[in-house]
Amino acid sequence: MSSNTIKIRAKLSDDVTTVKALITHPMETGARKDKDGQVIPAHFIQEVTCESGGKTLLTAYWSGGVSKNPYLSFKFAGGNKGDSLKLSWKDNKGESASEEATID
Amino acid sequence: METDVKRRILLKGSMAAGALGVAVAAGLLTPTRVIAAWPDKAFAAKAMPDMLLELMGGENPEESADIKIKAPDIAENGAVVPVTISTTIAGAQSIAVIAMNNPAPLVASYDLGEGVEGFVSTRIKMGKSGDVVAVVKADGKLYSAKKGVKVTIGGCGG
Repeated sequence: MSSNTIKIRAKLSDDVTTVKALITHPMETGARKDKDGQVIPAHFIQEVTCESGGKTLLTAYWSGGVSKNPYLSFKFAGGNKGDSLKLSWKDNKGESASEEATID
Repeated sequence: METDVKRRILLKGSMAAGALGVAVAAGLLTPTRVIAAWPDKAFAAKAMPDMLLELMGGENPEESADIKIKAPDIAENGAVVPVTISTTIAGAQSIAVIAMNNPAPLVASYDLGEGVEGFVSTRIKMGKSGDVVAVVKADGKLYSAKKGVKVTIGGCGG
């Protein structure tokens, strides 16, 4: 998968960096059926990690209960303008993607 | 001779596992960091105590006013319910988001690294009306809060 599945923004304000990310993903639970009554196979992101400067800031474990095209936001202290951040995801089919952003 | 070699390998393996176990017991490494895998049993659990035991190593969270859940009172579309959890509990290590009436109640679990604030925001699916529960693990103890969300159109159907 190409990395354009992720949009990430990190903004520093009052010594706290707020990270906001949007990921394009179907997030299928595996419990839904299509028009013909066929089960739509589960396809969802299981793990999202965000790291900066070799440190893991956040690890998220998700089920198919997270909405389609997931949104994620979190905050951390100690970031500096220009620092780079990397967000990666892995899904239950073994697909993955990552994207980098700099704090502004 | 050959069995001897195998035995030695086996012994080495079990010793390494033993050392790891000691590190876990000593609290040097949390199980989630050692295994670093998707907690399938917690996601499959229907009952809160089972889920929390798998996920956070405790069963009975203490209700806390220091956890805030921001979610709509009425969600018109259960497929997209914005939920923001924030907590002022010092040393928050992880935050779990649970939709009590979903077929798979555990929706998301977040491990917070050093310097990360007790704050996460996500959009979740809710099959029907019910409580959204947030569980925060801090300093080895569990705390929780809940908020009722009325769902007009369920988010798990076709």
